[in-house]
Amino acid sequence: MSEQELKSGPLEYQTEDGQLKIIGFWIFLAAELALFATLFATYAVLFGRTADGPTPGELFEAKSALIMTFLLLTSSFTCGIAIHEMRRGSKKGLITWLIITLILGLAFLGFEVDEFITYVHEGATIQTSAFWSGFFILTGTHGLHVTLGVGWATMILIQLFRRGITKVTSRKIFVVGLYWHFLDVVWIFIFTSVYLIGMVM
Amino acid sequence: MELDEFFVTGEPLIYGGMVAIVLVSSAIIFILTYFKKWTWLWRDWLTTVDHKKIGIMYILSALAMLFRGGMDALMMRVQLAFPDMNFLAAQHYDEVFTTHGTVMIIFMAMPFLIGLMNIVVPLQIGARDFAFPYLNALSFWAFFFGAMLFNISFVIGGSPDAGWTSYTPLAGAAMSPGPGQNFYLLGLQLAGIGTLATGINLMVTILKLRAPGMKLFKMPIFSWSTLITCFIIIFAFPILTVALALLTIDRVFGSQFFTLTGEGLPMMWANLFWLWGHPEVYIVVLPAFGIFSEIIAAFAKKRLFGYTAMVWSIIIIAGLSFLVWVHHFFTMGAGAFVNSVFSISTMLIAVPTGVKIFNWLGTLHKSKIEFTTPMLWSLAFIPSFVMGGVTGVMLGMAAADFQFHNSYFLVAHFHYVLIAGTVFACFAGLIYWYPKMFNHKLNERLGKWSFWFFLIGFHVCFFPQYFIGLDGMPRRIFYSAPEWFTLNFISTVGAFGMGVGFAIFVYNIYYSLRYSERETDGDSWGVGRTLEWATPTPVPHYNFATLPEHLGYDAFMDMKENGETTYDKKKLKHIHMPSNSGKPIIMMAILSFASFALVFEWVTLAAIGLFGGIIMMIIRSFDYDEGYHVEVDEINEIERTARGLNNE
Repeated sequence: MSEQELKSGPLEYQTEDGQLKIIGFWIFLAAELALFATLFATYAVLFGRTADGPTPGELFEAKSALIMTFLLLTSSFTCGIAIHEMRRGSKKGLITWLIITLILGLAFLGFEVDEFITYVHEGATIQTSAFWSGFFILTGTHGLHVTLGVGWATMILIQLFRRGITKVTSRKIFVVGLYWHFLDVVWIFIFTSVYLIGMVM
Repeated sequence: MELDEFFVTGEPLIYGGMVAIVLVSSAIIFILTYFKKWTWLWRDWLTTVDHKKIGIMYILSALAMLFRGGMDALMMRVQLAFPDMNFLAAQHYDEVFTTHGTVMIIFMAMPFLIGLMNIVVPLQIGARDFAFPYLNALSFWAFFFGAMLFNISFVIGGSPDAGWTSYTPLAGAAMSPGPGQNFYLLGLQLAGIGTLATGINLMVTILKLRAPGMKLFKMPIFSWSTLITCFIIIFAFPILTVALALLTIDRVFGSQFFTLTGEGLPMMWANLFWLWGHPEVYIVVLPAFGIFSEIIAAFAKKRLFGYTAMVWSIIIIAGLSFLVWVHHFFTMGAGAFVNSVFSISTMLIAVPTGVKIFNWLGTLHKSKIEFTTPMLWSLAFIPSFVMGGVTGVMLGMAAADFQFHNSYFLVAHFHYVLIAGTVFACFAGLIYWYPKMFNHKLNERLGKWSFWFFLIGFHVCFFPQYFIGLDGMPRRIFYSAPEWFTLNFISTVGAFGMGVGFAIFVYNIYYSLRYSERETDGDSWGVGRTLEWATPTPVPHYNFATLPEHLGYDAFMDMKENGETTYDKKKLKHIHMPSNSGKPIIMMAILSFASFALVFEWVTLAAIGLFGGIIMMIIRSFDYDEGYHVEVDEINEIERTARGLNNE
């Protein structure tokens, strides 16, 4: 730990501690990448192994998948604006855009929960077949990450209200922003390799 | 659930274990209370974020695990010593070989090396601490509670019995009901989280906190091997996390990943397990290579031969380690083409490894060797490891593997590489850096006795196993047939030789604590080449009073030649240090409670525990403690005492 400080650059990079934590988080994202890659590989291997249960083509719907994609991609965009507001030093702008991001994230989760409930009613549960186990764990892990992200960002929002934009809070916001964009990237892969391919095949 | 289902019953050995646990725990509690040491334990150790103390706790735990895994090994060797032994029943034998393998790899080898990395790496690169000291404490407690969770399985609930590889469908709910396998899954999961966090932590530390002027290609070789190991950890451990989670969900929540009923694929487990498991082999052997390189260069009193080639060979080995996992199941029907590809990639690893062997020999060539105990361990490593490596290439030939597979030939091979590679390095490294940790050396005479007993015992134990394997004895069987008697008996005698060596080593720790001379000079062996020897002993909690600059490869050698030290009174500034914290141990205790509940499939209780863990994370998030400063006067005082300087 060190307090060595930079005079230039964005606020979150101005302490050595802040820099270390941001780099550490990038490396953590590399580990997350390995984690999701493993889940994607598992899903791909189990694709089509539906036993006597429903097939993806029967249940997947273009409409809800598109709405979810739209919500999450937009939230990534608003998250970017929030960071931009932070760089301008506008606490009010940062908080507003962050709350919009979180609402979009919650809406995404709402659709996902609704989708899961529908599938379960149609007879596709985690226990139905290897394919559905793979589906629920892959999308569910992503959903769990989004849930944790919402909870995490909410905690940081409270700190932001209390302390304003400081070297520490700006670093925390920046890191949660990285996390949010990462989840967006993962979702793009889920949309194409799960929903699009699942509907076609 | 009835109480007699909760505790394991019916085995006299296990009742003995229960009595031993109760006696040792009561003795510890009594001693701590009698000598009023509870506050000391809490303040100085359980809440510490100092990398050196965390390293010591890692090593102590790993030694305890070496004892446990070693007892398992001796029990197996007793059972196999004579045909028709009735020492262990078949079920108990299955549990013993499962826990032996798991404990040795996950809870002994890796934590031992991580402990040494904890102590040495920041000192070697001229850093004051880890990048994230709090996270480091969290990692240790994750490992510690994971190990405890796994270890209580033999008295509570029942041990896992599906082998350390835990192959499905054998390890699935249908064929292994009950908590045993869950202990394996959750104990490893908890410890694995700690390992991943350590990997990230050490990587940032090495990349960002090197002393000014220390270029990557001037970094000591042990730090290099640690950096590459971190790289493997970061890409391999998430695979294990997923594999363990999927099997847990299969067992507890009835999903179909590895079952046959819902068109799941049991082979998927073998693939995921070895995609992590093979790189894991290099996670425990690359740091060991680093340790040997340091020790061989130090006691040969020469610059390490072929430094750059050493670094590149580590990098190449790490890359190849991800491309060979199928060689663990050549015989499971992958087909000739796949087997050929993995056979060739496996044999390729021998090339960079050979480069390293020749570089060690090159370092020794025409040098004045000083035969200290750490050097003896390192020298014994070279031929022993080569014997393991060559048989590894034999096993790597897919066609021949159909003969060797699942026989004692394989058992002999991996014990030759893992014991000669890793366990020898653990002993060598611990003895070499011992004065840095405890301010005194281990006794050399006792050290040599323990070395010779262990080394001779090791060869007597495992060399015959190559031949028992070729004679057709499969691994994992609990009886020895008459035609294998002689070799099996010799092997058992060797195992006890290793046990004696370990016992002498442990006695040596006690003996040296009482009788060894206290160190006054930081460069205890007088041959130190790298920066950790530039600090005084005991190492001040801030490591370096002033950071050395513009370092060459053998940084401390240069400093010795120029008459410099890491204490420059003119350059002293106050040092920022992190505060101790009780949160890591509390948080991991709560999460291990959640894991324990999940072992018994008490889902509500597990959810409550998980919620408690999240509450602890939130408390941490709102914690704005920024640590404290060590002031210049205090540094001056500490350095003057430690360096024996008088009124300057």
